[in-house]
Amino acid sequence: MKALSLEGVGHSFGQRRVLDAISFSVAEGAMCILLGRNGAGKTTLFSLATGLYHARSGQIDVFGHSMRTDPAAALAQMGVVFQQQTLDFDLTAAENLRYHASLHGLGASISEARLREELGRLEVLDRRDEPVRSLSGGQRRRVEIARALMHRPRILLLDEPTTGLDVPGRRAIEQHVRALCRERGVAVLWATHFLEEVSADDDLVVLHQGRVRWAGGARHVATSLAVDGLADAFDLLTETA
Amino acid sequence: MKTRHAVRALIGILRRETLRTLRQRGRLLSAIIRPLVWLAIFAAGFRSVLGLSITPPYQTYVLYEVYVVPGLAAMMLLFHAMASSLAMVYDREMGSMRLLLTAPLPRWYLLAARMLASVVVGLPLVYLFLLIARYWDVRPPVLGYLAVFPALVLAGLMLGAFGLLVSSISTQMENFAGVMNFVIFPTFFASTALYPIWRLAEAGPVLANIAAWNPFSSAVELIRFTLYLRFDPVSALVVLACLVVFFLAAVVGYDPGRGLWSRRGGEG
Repeated sequence: MKALSLEGVGHSFGQRRVLDAISFSVAEGAMCILLGRNGAGKTTLFSLATGLYHARSGQIDVFGHSMRTDPAAALAQMGVVFQQQTLDFDLTAAENLRYHASLHGLGASISEARLREELGRLEVLDRRDEPVRSLSGGQRRRVEIARALMHRPRILLLDEPTTGLDVPGRRAIEQHVRALCRERGVAVLWATHFLEEVSADDDLVVLHQGRVRWAGGARHVATSLAVDGLADAFDLLTETA
Repeated sequence: MKTRHAVRALIGILRRETLRTLRQRGRLLSAIIRPLVWLAIFAAGFRSVLGLSITPPYQTYVLYEVYVVPGLAAMMLLFHAMASSLAMVYDREMGSMRLLLTAPLPRWYLLAARMLASVVVGLPLVYLFLLIARYWDVRPPVLGYLAVFPALVLAGLMLGAFGLLVSSISTQMENFAGVMNFVIFPTFFASTALYPIWRLAEAGPVLANIAAWNPFSSAVELIRFTLYLRFDPVSALVVLACLVVFFLAAVVGYDPGRGLWSRRGGEG
């Protein structure tokens, strides 16, 4: 079954067309990288995929549930880490996670157990009772990922989760997410503009000027385009027409 | 929507609003100081220059402080609703609003829960003010404090729905500051919060008509009447109708398909 499926998705803000005929899917348990330069339309795509607003055209399904007609069932399967940090700075890390758990209908005991498990897995359990305001950027990102996992989603959407972090911080986040994908079978859609976050085994979608320029295995992109490597392939795919 | 899920979400939203409010001590303090300044300074000054004839629900001549307290209680609800609305715009700009809107519950329910939580958090402050006002000899019947509760809730919800609507059409906090100036002050001053209608009519029939049609006046009168164990059905109906209209408009404003937010985007 497809974890996430987009068919002919298009969107515009007023007269400005930002996404056009977007079609691709993320398989269950797969790691899919959504690669694009700044302004390519990745964040708008995330807003549509998470139901923040509806696409003007096309269909978005999450594990077979339509985001337009059955958003609650679709969102229940999904964990989201937005590009903008969405933690409440006035609350502690644990309070942020409890709030999320309540929005997903989790009871207090399950919430507490998962809070410990997820914060522990992301190595920030010792900071659980500190206000988010006092955490570093990398720690906040980890707390956000832990929060997104509280309700055991089957697909995780991350919009440029490593932006603003130093190199060790970026690597740590990437390793955590890849481990989730490998060990728990969580499907991942990871939006980024960093080429080094793409692994040969990943599925790859290249987005440019609101259109999909490539969708397929990352290891095949260079050979298909007859260039030397991913960087050259990306440059070729994102050349401005 | 499962009931247990809905209740847990409501409790979670309420807990978050409470924690945030308690940790914003400056906001808490100003919420209680503001009406007290009006009562202690403004009302004291007006007492000597403003004569009040017998005005329902009062059965005799009353001090200006007695007249103005229900209006100040409504003002607290208005400021609280607008502060909550500002918090929603802030949440949306900072991103935490996304978390609420991507919860697997109907959006109307999430907005209603947020609105209700805001009212519940604001009510203890209003009661604290009403108790402190006894120092100025504003002493409604003891049962009035109980009777006014549903009126405060209804008025708070109407103003909360209005704030929600404002937040749904305000895309940036900078715009919102302007909205605050153009909304709060006209709403408050062109109402029966500070002067009875007949007093405003002396200044001009236009102002009196505006105040008579201002839903905030209905909220003030609803609070005033119930505090003195009377019921004003017209005010109650106006407040209820405005609550429904404002809330439905706000739900459209936050609708993922039709709302202004979805048309403006701004995410790139």
